Amino acid sequence: MDLALIWAFLIAFAVLAYVILDGFDLGLGILFPFLGSGEDRDVAMNSVAPVWDGNETWLVLGGGGLFAVFPLAYSIAMPALYAPIIAMLLGLIFRGVAFEFRFRTERGRFLWDISFFIGSLVAALSQGLALGTLVQGIKVEGRAYAGGWWDWLTPFSLLTAVALVVGYALLGSTWLVMKTEGELNRRAARYATYTGIGTLTLIGAVSLWMPFLDPQFYLRWFAFPQLLYVAPVPIAVALVAFVLFRQLKRHDSTYRPFFASLGLFVLCFIGLGINFYPNIIPPSVTIHEAAAPDDSLSFLLVGAVVLIPMVLAYTAYAYWVFRGKVRPGEGYHH
Amino acid sequence: MFDAFDPVLLARVQFGFTIAFHIIFPAFTIGLASYLAVLEGLWLATGRDVYMATFRYWVAVFAIVFGMGVVSGVVMSYQFGTNWSVFSDKAGPIVGPLMGYEVLTAFFLEAGFLGVMLFGLGRVGKRLHFFATVMVAIGTLISAFWILSVNSWMQTPAGYAINEAGQFVPADWFAAIFNPSFPYRLVHMVLAAYLTTSFVVGAVGALHLLRDRANPMARLMFSMALWMATIVAPLQLLAGDQHGLNTLEYQPAKVAAIEGHFEDEEPGGGMPLTLFGIPDMEAETTHYAIDVPRLGSLILTHSWDGTIPSLKSFPPEDRPNSLVVFWSFRIMVGLGLLMIAIGLWSLWRRFFGSIYESHWLQRAMLAMGPAGFIAVIAGWITTEVGRQPYTIYGLLRTSDSVSPVAIEAVGTSLTAFIIVYFLLFGAGTFYILRLMNRTPTGLEGPERGKPTRSAGTTPAPSVDDDTVATEH
Repeated sequence: MDLALIWAFLIAFAVLAYVILDGFDLGLGILFPFLGSGEDRDVAMNSVAPVWDGNETWLVLGGGGLFAVFPLAYSIAMPALYAPIIAMLLGLIFRGVAFEFRFRTERGRFLWDISFFIGSLVAALSQGLALGTLVQGIKVEGRAYAGGWWDWLTPFSLLTAVALVVGYALLGSTWLVMKTEGELNRRAARYATYTGIGTLTLIGAVSLWMPFLDPQFYLRWFAFPQLLYVAPVPIAVALVAFVLFRQLKRHDSTYRPFFASLGLFVLCFIGLGINFYPNIIPPSVTIHEAAAPDDSLSFLLVGAVVLIPMVLAYTAYAYWVFRGKVRPGEGYHH
Repeated sequence: MFDAFDPVLLARVQFGFTIAFHIIFPAFTIGLASYLAVLEGLWLATGRDVYMATFRYWVAVFAIVFGMGVVSGVVMSYQFGTNWSVFSDKAGPIVGPLMGYEVLTAFFLEAGFLGVMLFGLGRVGKRLHFFATVMVAIGTLISAFWILSVNSWMQTPAGYAINEAGQFVPADWFAAIFNPSFPYRLVHMVLAAYLTTSFVVGAVGALHLLRDRANPMARLMFSMALWMATIVAPLQLLAGDQHGLNTLEYQPAKVAAIEGHFEDEEPGGGMPLTLFGIPDMEAETTHYAIDVPRLGSLILTHSWDGTIPSLKSFPPEDRPNSLVVFWSFRIMVGLGLLMIAIGLWSLWRRFFGSIYESHWLQRAMLAMGPAGFIAVIAGWITTEVGRQPYTIYGLLRTSDSVSPVAIEAVGTSLTAFIIVYFLLFGAGTFYILRLMNRTPTGLEGPERGKPTRSAGTTPAPSVDDDTVATEH
């Protein structure tokens, strides 16, 4: 059994789960200044308050999991991405404390609204920068990062950063379409249309740029027999985009735009996975090179096989408890 | 700008700073989650409203503390890689899976049920809500289990082999998890968390008893907290003693540094206990030492003339800083002894009168409110500075563990962490203190099942809201 490959899929799953789950609540933060009245902001905040820290736990699993099963990849990527990672952590702090703090003060509330917005924006930008930097490739010598501490700042990483911010805003606005009613709902649908167009444009830009970064990427997407295997990805993106915009035009749509946006993220993630494989740190560190010894992989796998389904079950239960529309004035209390 | 600093020291300061802030939150949430579970259980069992009212009073505090614990904890899980990448590469195959189990068994459990615990009482019914509270409490304890196993493995490594890439790889998982110092450290830390919480809860009870000695919720908090302190503080002394003996066996240099013990004794004369003094690493002596003859032997070896290895018996480059750990240890033990004294005092008051009538006991408890946090941080400094110069004791030096990150990057991130932590967690502390200043009336929050957040904030008439704005 190829334990390293199984773990690569599990880590990828954790990262994907993080991106789509924390993606929509970071997206809400990014949209916060555009939500207008305090009441709409309360509704938006309350729609994620019971689930946000579960969402963020997937980030800890992604990072902690990488540390556990691909320690070499973890110890190369983290120094290479030092500035974006630290900025992300600080952004997540500003964002995370706002959930509680903004309900603890009236006069200071605007400060926590700003904190929620800036924190979400910085976290999303940093994740986008980190993604772009990884895709471009990281300079490695021996078992360590060998580049400079500004390597993460390039035109391509800036593009992926903007793309992720807009994509998260799409997830956030379609989440609001699902969870709200009335004027806020209509406004969210409008934002979903704008950010949907933006997201697709940026996906296109990143996809066109990427093959020119590395000949291997180019061959994978444009050489003939491979083309047949990878072609379903862009075709599916087009189909999902069609569903998204058709649903947004209907005023009674609820959950479909959100799930269509999730679909876009899943497909982009698969596309990135096709580029990365068989590397875990492009261009030179493979999944197998970075893997911890089999004893470590199997020890944690036993737990993961039992526990991840349980985690998914009670996470789903928590979402089920707080299902349905959130109405103004209907906060949750404690 | 940061050229004057040693990069390893900057990385250590950053890790120490962020973890010292972080440890405060779990130290409180471990105890508070259990307290909340007990309160809700008592409410279900007896139907007395005072339990539920007290639960609601504290769950608002819990939400803030837990939130700060989550965000400061995410930082920790990435900082191993950003600043200690060589350590991460070498220790990852053992330390990583243990932390992976912490995420899978504890973090998800806490986060998954936290939403239901905080917001779900009106949605899921009493029993399921109680179940959620218990799951959160168990999650905090499981988390302590794994992370202390990791920390203990770094202090007393076991069950490992070293592969050709220089990595520590698992040879015996059971031996690695239940390494020699782990059981002692786990008991010591969990008791510390319970003590910390009981002194916070007791101080809040005392504060409101001083204002109104008939307040039933204040009475409940004060009495429960004092029972906890009375029982746990002496247990902690025993646990600490056992932990110390274990440290003496596996990390004798740490104990020598704690005692400011530079010179070997004459045979048969026993070892004194230095109550106070100023250890000097350069001069290799402890200045102004106030010694009690033979007490050191009695405490450290449980015998009349036993001795321990002195600092001078270790090469200078292997010695931990005695000045730091000598004092941090005495602060921790001093606070622990005060806690025991408070417990005994309360027993005496219970026997001969009432704890609710004794203003001096209440004032003392109020003053001791932050004692647990200070003791936890002092204890943590003792164990972490005391195991220097190693990250993996005796095997991997701290100076060989650090990331190849430019000193400007570390200096900048450290500065940013310091500013952000003081600003945001300072604001959080302010909100918590304001919540604790609310008179417990039983009207915290609304009727069950009805929303409160529409009402916005919890009024705190004695605090001017303007001070909130100037805080930032």
